[in-house]
Amino acid sequence: MKKEDRLESKNPMEGFLRMDRIPHIWCPGCGIGTVVTSFTEALKKSKLDLDKVAVVSGIGCTGRVAGYVKLDSFHTTHGRAVPFATGLKLANPDLKVVVFSGDGDIFGIGGNHFIHAARRNMDILIICVNNFNYAMTGGQVAATTPMEANASTAPYGNFEFAFSLPYLAEAAGATYVARWTSLHLRRVTKSIQEALAKPGFSLIEVITPCVTLYARRNRLGDGLNLLKYYYDKSVIEHGADTRTLDISYQGKLVVGKFVDKEKPTFLDRMNEHMTKILGDKYVKYGE
Amino acid sequence: MKKVKVDPKGVLTGSHYIDGDYAIAEGGLAAGCRFFAGYPITPSTETAERFSERIPHVGGVFIQMEDELGSIAAMIGAVWGGKKTMTVTSGPGFSLMMENIGLACMMEIPLVIANVQRGGPSTGLPTLTGQQDMMQAKWGSHGDYEIIALSPDSPQECFDLTIEAFNLSETYRVPVFVMTDECVGHMHEKVVIPPAEEIEVVERKWYEGPKDKYLPYKLDKDGIPFMVKAGDGYRFHTTGLTRDERGYPVINAECQSVVVPHLVDKIINNADKIIMLEEDEIDGAEIVVISYGITSRVAIRAVQQARKAGIKVGTLRLKTVWPFPEKRIKQLARKIKAFVVPEINYGQIVLEVERCAAGKAPAFHVPHCGGWVHDPNDILKVIKEAAK
Ligand SMILES: Cc1ncc(C[n+]2csc(CCOP(=O)(O)OP(=O)(O)O)c2C)c(N)n1
Ligand code: SF4
Ligand SMILES: [Mg+2]
Repeated sequence: MKKEDRLESKNPMEGFLRMDRIPHIWCPGCGIGTVVTSFTEALKKSKLDLDKVAVVSGIGCTGRVAGYVKLDSFHTTHGRAVPFATGLKLANPDLKVVVFSGDGDIFGIGGNHFIHAARRNMDILIICVNNFNYAMTGGQVAATTPMEANASTAPYGNFEFAFSLPYLAEAAGATYVARWTSLHLRRVTKSIQEALAKPGFSLIEVITPCVTLYARRNRLGDGLNLLKYYYDKSVIEHGADTRTLDISYQGKLVVGKFVDKEKPTFLDRMNEHMTKILGDKYVKYGE
Repeated sequence: MKKVKVDPKGVLTGSHYIDGDYAIAEGGLAAGCRFFAGYPITPSTETAERFSERIPHVGGVFIQMEDELGSIAAMIGAVWGGKKTMTVTSGPGFSLMMENIGLACMMEIPLVIANVQRGGPSTGLPTLTGQQDMMQAKWGSHGDYEIIALSPDSPQECFDLTIEAFNLSETYRVPVFVMTDECVGHMHEKVVIPPAEEIEVVERKWYEGPKDKYLPYKLDKDGIPFMVKAGDGYRFHTTGLTRDERGYPVINAECQSVVVPHLVDKIINNADKIIMLEEDEIDGAEIVVISYGITSRVAIRAVQQARKAGIKVGTLRLKTVWPFPEKRIKQLARKIKAFVVPEINYGQIVLEVERCAAGKAPAFHVPHCGGWVHDPNDILKVIKEAAK
């Protein structure tokens, strides 16, 4: 199939994508498109008013998602999608704000913003495509690259410890945390649906093949081989202790929903607290 | 440009004895700013403190971000969410904001940043004054673009020019900087805030046509595109990449040759409308002292003494520093003997004066490396030398 047919033949996505921007830039076999499919499926099922859903991306292959979804969509700067989303959400609390970006963008250059948005329980959903590297710039090592894996700036293999994204998210205060691979299309869809319905800071990590860089450099075969690895090595363990979720090179991938709890959001807290302290003098915000 | 009356909730009408930092916060609130994202830094912090204290009574959001990278990103997001927004900072924070100031220019975002300048470079003189970020204000982010920068010389002007900064930012869809300094920021003076009915502000340039016809970067007759806000059903896209009228990325030289001239020309072609100057005894002057911010108040003393000594000195105060009053400087250069430019840096705005004077009249700089204002005698000495 030609690149342009792959998306266009899926008419169901038409209302959700900017068809005038297809063909997209992603490589054949790249997993990002699959995650976008799950996202649009989830939107459809969620019955949300799409006029009230906004997508914010940073920079990277995944960062291009904002350019393809037919929603209010913002392609911002590298690492700053989360604070941008924070401003957008606070300025217009009616919006459901989704950050769709890469592992390098959200957890490398933007890591500080991530932990603070989680701490505040900012009502935004983060969909992080984790392809274990900085793909757009040519496959450099990232904060998520498993130890021993090869990257263009770790030509002798990576010797740094990697972040475990669910562990980091839970520790920082996220109220919904899940991890899947892009092979788990239906599960990803369901998680996105759940997180869209839930106020608060949510992280859905989707481990996704980067066939062109990460896979090639590490001789992991094509997209199919990678999906087979995901299939063979992923174990669903809902509610698993997030301290146990490290990913080793080509090792076991523990996936599932790990955190799903209730906590007032930033705006809930602001309104509650200010009303308590200032009483009638407080001008309630966003209600 | 549509002018509207302000929301009276933000206007603290009356006569107040407050410092420049507080006056900036009051100016923002009066202008309708309802979203402030900031990060503490001396000598600007009082503005953030004031805003955080006042906003619960007005209706809006104050958020202390994790850093200045976050502040400016949140502000841009908030503008797309429909709010007027501002922040305040000083040198180190201004440096951190630079990348997203570029994004704001590219996305054509109205927002206001006050920089209460201190001595640099680096951490420099946190508590002491400087005017060393004037070139950074213009050139600090990468690429070609234009911004607007104003420079108040008193707490009253901090209030007035902050409102003006909002108006200019909305008119031209551009970041506007209020480039004050530690002295003015911490100076207490009387600030008169008029009744709300007397304050008019420029309304955002909202799009009102059919939803499916909206193009985020299609220029209106005045050269400025219309805005919408997220959530209103336009399902628009915007990016920091070079883009077409639809806001879609187009990465080639042809599109770049439309976008960059637009970002520059919308300011430069309107420079006459944007520029505010205050002139005194310019007619017949042989020397013109050009200054801005606190330095213009210090220079008055030197100017008075020079006049007593029989030198014909005029003054020109830059209330608008960027865009630079090129035309006016050119005119004056043909008539006068020399310019004298005192500023608390090692030679920034003087370079612009020289460029515009193009050899017709020399520009004598009176440098100061920061930490305190000039000794008026140092300025006087240079005026005398220039008049020789
Ligand atoms: C401030 C800044 N530094 C560096 C870059 C270059 N850059 C662009 S994308 C990228 C990495 C993206 O990695 P990730 O977020 O994981 O996205 P992916 O391409 O893997 O989907 C980098 C370093 C940039 N655009 N801006
Ligand atoms: S480089 Fe990797 S992540 Fe980027 S589009 Fe290609 S396969 Fe996907
Ligand atoms: Mg990546």
